Amino acid sequence: MATLYLNVIAGGILIGIVYALIALGLTIIFGVMRIVNFAHGEMVVIGMYVGYGLWSVTKIPPWMIAPAAALVLFVLGYALQRAIVNSFIDRPQHSQFILFISFALIITGLHLVFFGPDPRPIGMIESMQSYAIGPLHLDVVRSQAALMALAFVAALILFLQQSTFGRSIRAAADNLIGARVIGIRVHTVYSVTAGIGMGCAGAAGTLVAPIFDTQPFLATDFTLIAFIIVIVGGLGSLTGALLGGVLIGLSEALAALTISPALKTVFSYALLALVLVWRPNGLFGEQER
Amino acid sequence: MKRTLRPSFWPAAVFFVLAAAFGPLFDSFWLSLLTLVFFYAFMGLSWNLMMSAGLLSLGHALFLGLGAYAAAVLTASTGISPWLSIPAGAVIAALAGSAIAWIGGRFSVRGVQFAVLTIAFSELTRVLFDNWDLVGGTGGFFLKAINPDTNRPLVTLRGGPLYFYFAFLVITAAAYFVIQLLMTSRWGFRWRGINEDEDAARALGVPALRSKVLVVAISAGLAGLGGGLFGLMQGSLFPDSVMRLQLSIEILIAPIIGGIGSPFGSIVGAFFVVPLMEFSNTLSQRIGYYGLNTLIYGVVILGIIAFLPDGIWPRILRYMNLIRAA
Amino acid sequence: MILQVRNLTKAFTGLVAVKDVSFDVAANEIVALIGPNGAGKTTCFNMIAGALKPSSGSVVLGDEMITGLMPEQIAVKGLVRTFQIVRPMRTMTVLENVMIGAFARTANVEQASEIAAESIRNVGLESKESALASGLTLPDRKMLELARAIAARPKLLLLDEVMAGLRPLETDRIVEIVRALKASGVTVLLIEHVMRVVVALADRIIVLHHGEKLAEGLPSEIGANPKVIESYLGRRAKLS
Repeated sequence: MATLYLNVIAGGILIGIVYALIALGLTIIFGVMRIVNFAHGEMVVIGMYVGYGLWSVTKIPPWMIAPAAALVLFVLGYALQRAIVNSFIDRPQHSQFILFISFALIITGLHLVFFGPDPRPIGMIESMQSYAIGPLHLDVVRSQAALMALAFVAALILFLQQSTFGRSIRAAADNLIGARVIGIRVHTVYSVTAGIGMGCAGAAGTLVAPIFDTQPFLATDFTLIAFIIVIVGGLGSLTGALLGGVLIGLSEALAALTISPALKTVFSYALLALVLVWRPNGLFGEQER
Repeated sequence: MKRTLRPSFWPAAVFFVLAAAFGPLFDSFWLSLLTLVFFYAFMGLSWNLMMSAGLLSLGHALFLGLGAYAAAVLTASTGISPWLSIPAGAVIAALAGSAIAWIGGRFSVRGVQFAVLTIAFSELTRVLFDNWDLVGGTGGFFLKAINPDTNRPLVTLRGGPLYFYFAFLVITAAAYFVIQLLMTSRWGFRWRGINEDEDAARALGVPALRSKVLVVAISAGLAGLGGGLFGLMQGSLFPDSVMRLQLSIEILIAPIIGGIGSPFGSIVGAFFVVPLMEFSNTLSQRIGYYGLNTLIYGVVILGIIAFLPDGIWPRILRYMNLIRAA
Repeated sequence: MILQVRNLTKAFTGLVAVKDVSFDVAANEIVALIGPNGAGKTTCFNMIAGALKPSSGSVVLGDEMITGLMPEQIAVKGLVRTFQIVRPMRTMTVLENVMIGAFARTANVEQASEIAAESIRNVGLESKESALASGLTLPDRKMLELARAIAARPKLLLLDEVMAGLRPLETDRIVEIVRALKASGVTVLLIEHVMRVVVALADRIIVLHHGEKLAEGLPSEIGANPKVIESYLGRRAKLS
């Protein structure tokens, strides 16, 4: 019994790390631009199709394809931000919302047109295998995904802390007017940030492609999970996204085991509602009261 | 004084009377299309009402679903008339809305967080309904089929296409005028004040919590009413069909595209968005590409929001003013 | 006694903004709250008007304890405040803005409209009645803020630096309006930096410095008070 719990917890943490990568993308976009990317889940699914597509042609395992997906989504995010989203920064919230909804519809529409609605599983030998560490049995695919996700997270944090551009991003997030005053090209910062945010989503998508069968309608679930994590962790907080991701991955796994698989999302939503009421800025967000 | 407030009721009244008069002339294709238009117009009006106080609802399907299930289950299990069960559903929806608004107001959950709160409650309820046997769970809840020969629409509140057309037209017209009355009353001013600057409004005596609870209660209650009638029209209810996030999003596209500043914008938006959905669906089926409809829909919505940021109705109004001035 | 403030204190982490401030405002008086920037004047206002919860102390309006009540409750009891940085409702017209104030006293739209129109006339904005608040100049926005507060028929009006950024002509107009308010029975507590106005209007002056009450008294007394002069101008200056 204890072994079962242990394995479920481990599995939950592993998937949680990948969820954290998704959430990281969402939170970084919000932290810098105060924009909520309601098409984030659709970006993840693009990543899934990139993973699925390249895997079916080259048989390279998805965790190695992830950087390619990240690049594709980076370019897409940058282009979208530069072409359209930047002009929506000062628009009211509902306008921004509809903009992203239209992106979501277009992306899903394209997926359906090109790939159809049928789920596309990735059948690899590794899907059935697991690493045995004592009593623990860690899914090979999940472990690879989690490790790769951590690599992305580490790279991102390094970029933000050490590079000049990374510092520009943090400056713009902290103090927009100040950043402008010292000459930071804010719109370029925004475009790069959007690219990074969506790149995270795309990378994560490729990583989960072997775990969830790729299909267009998974997008909403990913968007919702990203939202739950980001709100619980704190809008704009990187630590919040990381810890929140693991927390949600863990709690969903445990809830599926102890309550029922059908009700596992209920637990996450209840947690979300609680955090919204108790600490609207998230567990790691700024404390206002 | 009325010159600074909303425009007069007469053009809208004429519109509704004409829509009613032309009803019997439409064939069943147009009737079902226009019924759907008025359904989305009604839901849009209800959604837009909360927006006047700055409360963005991304979980409006919750209220629709509660109203639909309440009306259907109450009538089916206790035999009471839909004339009672639909209002009961509206009350249940209103209570749910009040609770959400109260929680939001009491704990200062604003902006994005409030919108996500509405999603949280909506999804929570949907999953709970998925697992609730009384309402049929994921298997769905089915209304008894009506006998077209013996059915009396004004008793069962169900009927053929013409009946539902009038039903939704009537509630849309009623909602429109009620909302106009509310917006030109003290409450309308208070909601708009809160939307603009809640702290400044409170410093002038506007009761923030009470105002927010009221506007959401009415908005949710209306949605519940529409949901009740919608449920009767569909004949079958699934949590996934009446409470899902996609429906919440569909509900708000029409009012935003039409223009959230005025109630008539929600109606105009529905007249644009619903035929667009139907047209893309038909095109997609004809050409044989599944998903083309979603793509077309998304592209048009993108076009509108990019080029007509305030929506269709304000732009039309501006053109009409220009024509009058010339 | 219309307002009794006792031992009002507000401590933030690392800073005590207001320390143990007590004063009274008598009915129909005009009292000025002055002091250098950062003295804690607006913080006091915020606590009195319910926008901020005091760390300790009490506020009594008339014969009711209003400490810790919500701003809207306090406003309904007759204490109305304006904001240092004006807060017009930008997508609403001048008339609609002021009507929100009027709705504190009546539920009837016609009545509110009349009260609002009267307030607007009072401050001289009638030519801009149907203009959107977003299109107003700063002086007009200040007048709007004032008209809105007056329309709420306050017993006690709290004016927070209402003269800031105005030219002498506009300042004089507001002085006239405040005098007229006093004549009609309203009590006024104002925060001001413009000394001309303080001297012209105030029956009494309260001086805050570093969050504490430094001095209190008639304008002539305050002007000669060496501690006050020192707090504003340093040790060797004299108030002219």
